[in-house]
Amino acid sequence: MKLAYWMYAGPAHIGTLRIVSSFKNVHAIMHAPLGDDYFNVMRSMLERERNFTPVTTSVVDRHVLARGSQDKIVNNINRKDKEETPDLIVLTPTCTSSILQEDLENFVERASMESTADVLLADVNHYRVNELEAADRTLEQIVRFYLEKAKKENQLCLEKTEKPSVNIIGITNLGFHHQHDCRELKKLFADLDIQINVIMPETAAVTDLKYLTRAWFNIIPYREIGLLTAQYLKKEYGMSYIDINPIGLIETVRFLTTIQKCLNQSINCIESKDLVLNNIQIFLKNTWFNNDYNKQICNPIGKKTIVFGSSTHAASLTKILTKEMGIHVLCSGTYCVYDKDWFFEQVLHFCNKILITEDHTKIGDFIAKSEPNAILGTQMERHLGKRLNIPCGVISAPVHIQNFPLSYKPFIGFEGIKHICDLIYNCFTFGISHSLLSIFEQKQINTTKINQINENIDLIWDIEAQNELKKIPGFVRGRIQRNIEILAREKNINLINVEVLYALKEIVADN
Amino acid sequence: MTITNSTEISFECETGNYHTFCPISCVAWLYQKIEDSFFLVIGTKTCGYFLQNSMGVMIFSEPRYAMAELEEADISAQLKDYEELKRLCLKIKKDRNPSVIFWIGTCTTEIIKMDLEGMAPKLESEIDIPIVVARANGLDYAFTQGEDTVLAAIAQRCCEKITNLKENYNIFYSFINFGKKKINASVDEQKQVNHSPLILFGSLPEPIIRQLTLELKKQQIKISGWLPSKRYIELPILKEGGFVCSVHPYLSRTATVLIRKGKCKLINAPFPIGPDGTKAWIEKICSALDVTPIGLDEREKQIWESLEEYTQLIKGKTVFFMGDNLLETSLARFLIRCGMIVYEIGIPYMDKRFQAAELALLQKTCLETGVPIPTIVEKPDNHNQINRIMELRPDLVITGMAHANPLEARGINTKWSVEFIFEQIHGFVNAKNILKLITRPLLRNQKLKALGWQNF
Ligand code: SF4
Repeated sequence: MKLAYWMYAGPAHIGTLRIVSSFKNVHAIMHAPLGDDYFNVMRSMLERERNFTPVTTSVVDRHVLARGSQDKIVNNINRKDKEETPDLIVLTPTCTSSILQEDLENFVERASMESTADVLLADVNHYRVNELEAADRTLEQIVRFYLEKAKKENQLCLEKTEKPSVNIIGITNLGFHHQHDCRELKKLFADLDIQINVIMPETAAVTDLKYLTRAWFNIIPYREIGLLTAQYLKKEYGMSYIDINPIGLIETVRFLTTIQKCLNQSINCIESKDLVLNNIQIFLKNTWFNNDYNKQICNPIGKKTIVFGSSTHAASLTKILTKEMGIHVLCSGTYCVYDKDWFFEQVLHFCNKILITEDHTKIGDFIAKSEPNAILGTQMERHLGKRLNIPCGVISAPVHIQNFPLSYKPFIGFEGIKHICDLIYNCFTFGISHSLLSIFEQKQINTTKINQINENIDLIWDIEAQNELKKIPGFVRGRIQRNIEILAREKNINLINVEVLYALKEIVADN
Repeated sequence: MTITNSTEISFECETGNYHTFCPISCVAWLYQKIEDSFFLVIGTKTCGYFLQNSMGVMIFSEPRYAMAELEEADISAQLKDYEELKRLCLKIKKDRNPSVIFWIGTCTTEIIKMDLEGMAPKLESEIDIPIVVARANGLDYAFTQGEDTVLAAIAQRCCEKITNLKENYNIFYSFINFGKKKINASVDEQKQVNHSPLILFGSLPEPIIRQLTLELKKQQIKISGWLPSKRYIELPILKEGGFVCSVHPYLSRTATVLIRKGKCKLINAPFPIGPDGTKAWIEKICSALDVTPIGLDEREKQIWESLEEYTQLIKGKTVFFMGDNLLETSLARFLIRCGMIVYEIGIPYMDKRFQAAELALLQKTCLETGVPIPTIVEKPDNHNQINRIMELRPDLVITGMAHANPLEARGINTKWSVEFIFEQIHGFVNAKNILKLITRPLLRNQKLKALGWQNF
């Protein structure tokens, strides 16, 4: 048993559902108790989805507990088959079904005899894999199933497309800025004059999967989802894949040159150099850190930061910060514990410390101890930062609705670099304006005084004083409150009412 | 078809394939309500993920709740549950020092038959903190019923305490005087008539408690205690033969415990939602306690007048409750009184005895306003409901977030049902809040309608 308050990656079935509901016309049936379909709420809310999420539950209740699911699952599958006529139905196990140990495989077999849709049992174990691993596996499972099926039916298209083409693997719903990244990738390939063969799972139909093998190569923009599929395609069909995450200028350029190399081996048809040079030029013209004025106000070089997130985003951001901006990364970390070797290798030379953990308190402690100028992390780190008055940019899932922006905000490619620059720049300038303001607002109180203060007096703010305090802008409120409290303690005042507040405020200002 | 012309309410039961929140969500409001409590949810990552996401920003404010996350070794019984729970509870005691720890059992603890009820008393005496077990799992219950399981467990405690006043954590009972001290502090005791003790049950935020207390005070009725109280150590002591009354429609288990174990008399009343419900609720309490109500009719009338502005907007409009939180009957009854037409009342579970007075009022309301009596659909099937909705095209669908956006995209106005749980809706003064919730989507969409973007 483990005491847990917060988790970075969700349970396995969430991963499966993300894949399944990303495909077109595929339906998931969860084998779960009532209430485990919270995924539908998240998808509908975060993605502001216009369609009903194609996930239903074959409910596990007392009855099922006592007598087994019997025909319930089979009936539910066949019912969905008739109602929605999906191409594929994926039976999704949950933590509950993991311990019920029903022969779900058998139900799937029976159901598929009657249904027009294909039926699969997602091969994931709640206690062994998390959301991301489950997503990776489910995607591979579905691809494998359809390629084998196509092979058997002699429908596999092994002939390559005439012009160079690519499959983009791993774009899913509820992915961190995936929609925007996907659009940016499409644009990038259009500029390179490379056709897009299949994007999956988002927007693909399972019937498209038999064309996968027509592409010249595969890319997997994210480390977490798609790697297994790419490896499978390489092993079975000799398709090469590129697993560079094109996030940041250097990595994007490396991504492009690798594509070029990859294609030039077969046919010399592509010249990405111009594209790269053009973009770099435009980019350098626009970027803030070459601008003298900004440099004076906000020079991030040597500033300290902490990066935490999924392995893809944390590794990419760490490299951008150190290599492209000269920012000092005190610590780089990920919650993808299962993939720690890769992460370790990626960031080894770019930070003082590597933290691979699923425990948010470890990161919290490190942040509190090392007091960075800014944090780049998940929603959890954002809130930690709030509490400690350290600005934070969100660079990775888990995320909230505000991380599903309507405006175009990719992380990938040249447009992504601009967005990342804004993000980092805003983080640091916020921190700076914050401290500038507090310097102007009230001159720093001599710190040596603090030591003599009797910390034991409990300070009480009465309601009026509290209201008065609330009128002070949020970003300096904390500091003003602290300084006033320090003064109050010094003067042995333990009730702060409005009068005291004003009196103290004057002293703070006069100091 | 859902509309009938009969004068009786008809009940249907569908497949039970509907969206609702897992009952462990009650932790979110109960830990805030019971200020000295700690909630330990003994379950899996699935439960944790749900709570983490559904609690929103609350999760970042160091809530007094945590998951005891079961790992594979716990499931295969390689680890001793008792030792594990002891370890976690000692840590909680050290870090937070609560007056009570609630163990929330989940689906997994049910399936592996973890004997929480058996372990709790043992551990309780070992670590010297009361441990209350509530099985609020998705196998048996829906959403708000979670609160029912917790309150039933607390009620059980109250009952045990009468018979078994243990020294160590009951000394305070001798002087806290049924926990009424705080609530009635401002009440002029002399003015009140002598009536049998009354305890109200159901978790409500403090402002509403103050409002309801005041309404009853006007009838010279004194509340001896609330279940749950603000702090666990202030739990009311039940008196045999005393009266209890619920403020929520989903507390049938708690009621049963209070009747059977506590030997209390249940006042079966409609629930104090909407001015009509509040009036009926007070009336029932009055009649049970032998008090003649005064000024209730004027009070109700005055509230209705203040609602004019809203009722004008919704008069004649149609509503469809998909059903996920058990407040549906009371809300429907109120909305019908406001002049709306309800097509269907979906509801997870209907205890006809516990809701008897509410159902009678619903029926009466329909007959008096001359609208058809809606069918009550227990354990609804969301798929079928969507089909019915598309056919009936109601002016408003009250539903969970899973369906809200897709329905809106199909030109159907929706109201997110969960808001009724978190908004203040009880008593006379809060009726306006309900109507604000109801009219908001209607008003917004009225404005957009002119643009012709309703159908996509
Ligand atoms: S339905 Fe069961 S497994 Fe799911 S969150 Fe609720 S208690 Fe946990």
